[in-house]
Amino acid sequence: MALLDINSASKHFGAIAAVDNVSLAVERGSLFALLGPSGCGKTTLLRMIAGFETPDSGRIRIDGSDVTGLPPYARPVNMMFQSYALFPHMDVARNIAFGLRQERMDRRRVAGRVEEMLELVQMTGYASRRPHELSGGQRQRVALARALAKMPQLLLLDEPLAALDRKLRAETRLELIGIQERVGITFLVVTHDQEEALSMASRVAVMNRGRLVQIGTPKDIYERPSSRFVADFVGEVNLFEGEPTSRSDRPALTVAGFETPIPLPCGTDLPHGTEVVLAVRPEKLVLSQIPRDGFAIAATVSSLSYLGGGSTVHLLTRQGGQLKAYLPGGIRFARGDAVWVSWSAEDGVVLTE
Amino acid sequence: MIGIGRLGRVLLIGVPFLWLGFFFLLPLLIVVKISVAESIVGIPPYTPLVTRDVSGLNFHAAVANFVLLAGDQLYLRAYLGSLVNAALATALCLLLGYPMAYAIAHAHGARRQLLLFLVKMPFWTSFLIRVYAWIAILEPNGLLNDFLIGLGLISAPLPLLNNQFSVELGLVYSYLPFMILPIYGSLAALDESLVEAAADLGARPFQVFRAVILPLTLPGIAAGSLLVLVPAVGEFVIPDLLGGPDTLMIGKVLWDEFFNNRDWPVAAAIAVVLVAALALPILLAQKFYEQRQAA
Repeated sequence: MALLDINSASKHFGAIAAVDNVSLAVERGSLFALLGPSGCGKTTLLRMIAGFETPDSGRIRIDGSDVTGLPPYARPVNMMFQSYALFPHMDVARNIAFGLRQERMDRRRVAGRVEEMLELVQMTGYASRRPHELSGGQRQRVALARALAKMPQLLLLDEPLAALDRKLRAETRLELIGIQERVGITFLVVTHDQEEALSMASRVAVMNRGRLVQIGTPKDIYERPSSRFVADFVGEVNLFEGEPTSRSDRPALTVAGFETPIPLPCGTDLPHGTEVVLAVRPEKLVLSQIPRDGFAIAATVSSLSYLGGGSTVHLLTRQGGQLKAYLPGGIRFARGDAVWVSWSAEDGVVLTE
Repeated sequence: MIGIGRLGRVLLIGVPFLWLGFFFLLPLLIVVKISVAESIVGIPPYTPLVTRDVSGLNFHAAVANFVLLAGDQLYLRAYLGSLVNAALATALCLLLGYPMAYAIAHAHGARRQLLLFLVKMPFWTSFLIRVYAWIAILEPNGLLNDFLIGLGLISAPLPLLNNQFSVELGLVYSYLPFMILPIYGSLAALDESLVEAAADLGARPFQVFRAVILPLTLPGIAAGSLLVLVPAVGEFVIPDLLGGPDTLMIGKVLWDEFFNNRDWPVAAAIAVVLVAALALPILLAQKFYEQRQAA
C-alpha cells in the first residue's frame, strides 16, 4: 500500500483550478519529486497534503487513514518551508525542539533528539545560535532538522534548494539524498528545477496547469516524455511538427524548413492527416562533415555556446529550420561551418498531445 | 553607499535634534525651573531663578513644592488614582484592541482598508466633541438609558455618567486606536509561514498564538501600551467631563493648581513628578529589553 494516496483532488481559487483532479500515489521510503513550472499547482497540492488547504473535492490518505479534513497539527506529516520559516525569537535548539515539545516529550529525550538532529545535518555546536546569526545554507539545515525531529511518516519539502547558490545547491542535493536514505522517511519534494527533480528522485510527477501530466522514473520522464509540454519543460529538445508521409517505405514526417523527411521510429503507425510532434534530445544529434548513410540534414552552424564539459550548437537549414545539438568535449566547429546532421530514428519520441 | 559627508550627517541629525531641543527639552526645563520657584502675586506668578543685586548673582531654588506634594495625601492619591485608571484602561484597550488588530490584519483587500479607515475615523472629529457626545449617550435621560427603558429592560435610569465607569469608558474609547494601530502593524509584518510552521509541527491554535504570534508581536503590544498609558495618566479632559466628585486624577489636580489656585510652582512640580514617574520606569524597561536583545 502506498504511504500517500491522493484520490482525484481538486482545488479552485475563484475560477482558476489550481489543482485539477489529481490522483497520485507515493510509495513508502521513496524520494518523490513533484515537478512543474511556477503556478502549475504543485505548491497548492503540497499545502493540501500538509493541511493548509482543503481540497474542494477528492480524498487524501496517509498510511491508509483519511486525513482530508484534519488540521495541520493532527497530520503525521511535517514540512520544510521554502523560506525555512525558522522562529526568529528562538535559538536553533528550541526551533528543532518545537515539534517535540508540542508532543510533551520529556525534556531529557528532547535534548537527546535535538543533539541527534544537529549531528544528522552537521550543525553540532550551533544549538544556541539564533536564526539571524546563520548563513542561508545553515538555516536550510536547521529547517530540515526541525522538520525531521518528530520523525514524521512523510516529509514535504517545498523548493528545498531554491534559496541556495548554485554550488551549495549541488552539494546539498547529495546530502539530502544521503539523509533521506539514512532516516528512511518518505520525502516529497516540490521543485521547478528539472535537474533537481531528475537527479534526486526515484519517481517524478510532472504537473502543468493544475493537472498531472506524467508520472514515472526520471529516465522515463526524460527519454519517453508523454507530451509536448513534458518534452519541452524537462531538458532541452528539438521538436518537429508535421504530417506523416507515405512516400517511402519507412514512416517519416514532412516538416516545414526541412527538405528531407524526418524519420519516425520504427513501428510508428499513424493515420493520415494527423498532426504529429517528434521530439529529439540535442545530445542524440550527430554532426559530421560528410553525410551519413540513410538520413542526414544539411545545415550550417549559426551559434555555439561553450558550457565547459561540452557545448550547445545551434544549426540552421537552408530552408530556415532550426536545430540544436549538444556535443560533449571541446568545440570542434566554428560559426558558419556547413555540417551534416543525423540521428538514429529510434531516438525520436512521437508525441500526440 | 553614497557618502553624504560629515557636514551632511550633522545637518541631517541636527535638524530633528534642534527641533526636539527647542520644542521639547527647553519647555521641559522651563517647567523644572518653575517647579523650584515660589508662588507670588504678580506676572509671572512665581519668583525668578536668578536675581542680580549688589552682592552679585543670587540663585533661588527650593524643594518646598516637592515637600508639599510628598506631605499631602491628596497628591499621592491623585497620582495613584491616575495610574490605576490608566493601567486599567491600558489593559482593557489591549484586551479589546488585540483581537480587533488581529481581525484587521487577517482581512483582505478592500475590507482591510475599510476596517483601518474605521479605526482612524474618530481622529477626524475633535476629541472634545467626541467626549461630549458620550455625555449625551450616558446621561440619566440620554440615548442609552432611554433605549434600555424603551426596551423594558430597566425601569429607572442606570447611573452611567460621572462615575468611575464613565471615566474608564471614556479612556478606553479615546485611546483604543493607539493600541490597535501598532499591534496591527506588528501583526501585518508577521510572516504567515511562521504560523503555518508552528501548526505543521503540531501546535494547536492556542499554542501557536502563545509560542509564536504573541512573542513576535510584543514590540507592537509594548508600543501600543505606552501610547495609551502615558497620555491616559495625565488625562484631564475625560475625568473633568465624564468623571464625578469621587474621580481623583492628577491631570485634574494639576489643572486646578494652575488655573484655580494660580499656583504655578506647585502645578509645575506636579508635572515634573509625573514626567519622572512615567519616564524612569519606561527608560529602565527599555534598557532591560535592549540588554535581553543583545544577550
